[in-house]
Amino acid sequence: MADSRLKDALSRGDFVITAEICPPRGTDTTGFTEKARLLKDRIVAANVTDNQRAVMRLSSLASSLLLLKEGVEPVFQMTCRDRNRLAIQSDVMGAWVLGVKNILLLTGDHVSFGDHRDARAVYDLDSVQLVETVEGLNRGVNLKRRELRGGTDFYIGAVVSPEAEPFEPEWIKFEKKTRAGARFFQTQAIFDMERFKRFFHDAQKLDVKVLAGILLLKSAKMAHYLNLNVPGIRVPATIMEELEASSDELQTGIEIAARQVRELRGFCHGVHIMAIGKEEKVVDIIELS
Amino acid sequence: MIITKKKSPEEILKTLDGFENIYLFGCNACAQQCRTGGSEELDEMEGLLKEQGFSVCGTALLEETCYRQLVLKTLRQDEATKKADAFLVLSCGAGVKTVSDCVPEEVPTLPALDTIFLASVERVGRFFEGCSLCGECVLARTAGVCPHTECPKGLLNGPCGGMHDGMCEVDPQNECAWARIYKKLKKQGRMDTMREHVPPKDNSVKTRPGRLLLR
Repeated sequence: MADSRLKDALSRGDFVITAEICPPRGTDTTGFTEKARLLKDRIVAANVTDNQRAVMRLSSLASSLLLLKEGVEPVFQMTCRDRNRLAIQSDVMGAWVLGVKNILLLTGDHVSFGDHRDARAVYDLDSVQLVETVEGLNRGVNLKRRELRGGTDFYIGAVVSPEAEPFEPEWIKFEKKTRAGARFFQTQAIFDMERFKRFFHDAQKLDVKVLAGILLLKSAKMAHYLNLNVPGIRVPATIMEELEASSDELQTGIEIAARQVRELRGFCHGVHIMAIGKEEKVVDIIELS
Repeated sequence: MIITKKKSPEEILKTLDGFENIYLFGCNACAQQCRTGGSEELDEMEGLLKEQGFSVCGTALLEETCYRQLVLKTLRQDEATKKADAFLVLSCGAGVKTVSDCVPEEVPTLPALDTIFLASVERVGRFFEGCSLCGECVLARTAGVCPHTECPKGLLNGPCGGMHDGMCEVDPQNECAWARIYKKLKKQGRMDTMREHVPPKDNSVKTRPGRLLLR
């Protein structure tokens, strides 16, 4: 089987662009596949979120398959929130046999943010243990160290928040994920470029690939909302002012994102663009950058 | 300390619908301290039920309602218990279960409270959950802060992306359990412990229902 294109591109030293596509809330996949077609030749791979923000949507595995059919390489996201260790391992192997090569493993937003607040949150494994579990499947053993009749060979990714406060515990967890087997990282949205540069510099000692998270700010209102409600995201006052002074906030948001991408091209391994609901604007961001 | 809270009068009245003679059990241990099942709350419940047309055939405030011998003693000594066509228990679930196991099986035992957590008592009337009875205590490596309990996600290897300025995304009033563990381990000069990879929890150490037989 062919290797992961994402892994190849990062190994070659290409500046890699990935983007996030959110599965539909239902079975009508028209919009989802349209977005995939639009981004197909612009990005190396597309992340498929796993009930993002704890809002129930089409499964990330099924959506990853839809991307494969469209010729887009998926990054299959899996969280610890909805499945116990049995379900996780079988779904991860399921993704592998269906042709998925990249996997991004994360804790997952708490159910209290979502649309099923009365749901039981699972977290049978945490994100470090999840990385280790998939690394085991890659070596052909399950969590109980029992040999499998055929393992996986995923390119394993995880997430890190370079702007987390306090930062040291976040860094320690980042190191743990690396030791557990994560080979690439997609970061939480970054805005403080100097701080990110320092993080990137330190991260190089761990021999991992880092894609900086770029979040499209659609309006000043959205930026305010993020600052108040989304942990780990800090939109600085200068960017806020830029958006507030704009007559076309979305366009300004696109320009801000493009500017960040341009700056990152100088030193980073790549970017991961999150344009929640406005995936078609990823094209504009890339063209402007 | 087992923490309980009162069910709404509407819910209690609904579960009592169809019964006439109600016998009340209170608990002078935890529920008394939570102000959910002491003598005042028993009086209050008796008043409510009478007002709604029920007959309260008797009440008993036990030192600990989860003690079978105390419940059996009440059932033996108080003739009024024989008139009851339902028992309403103002205690934690363990108390309700104990009463239910002691009374004749044809007479229902009903809970007046919801049982919510095992608490540390800061001082009278202020309770905080610090232990989930998980069966595999990790406090040695987490500086006395339980990640199973104080982290809403029960994470064992460090904070999630939801930590914000050291606070928890689920309830921003609460300090992130891992921020706290980190601070304490640092003060204790035990950052190596923070870096240790913690394997998945062994859930087989605790199967339900729990049982401990010393004799």
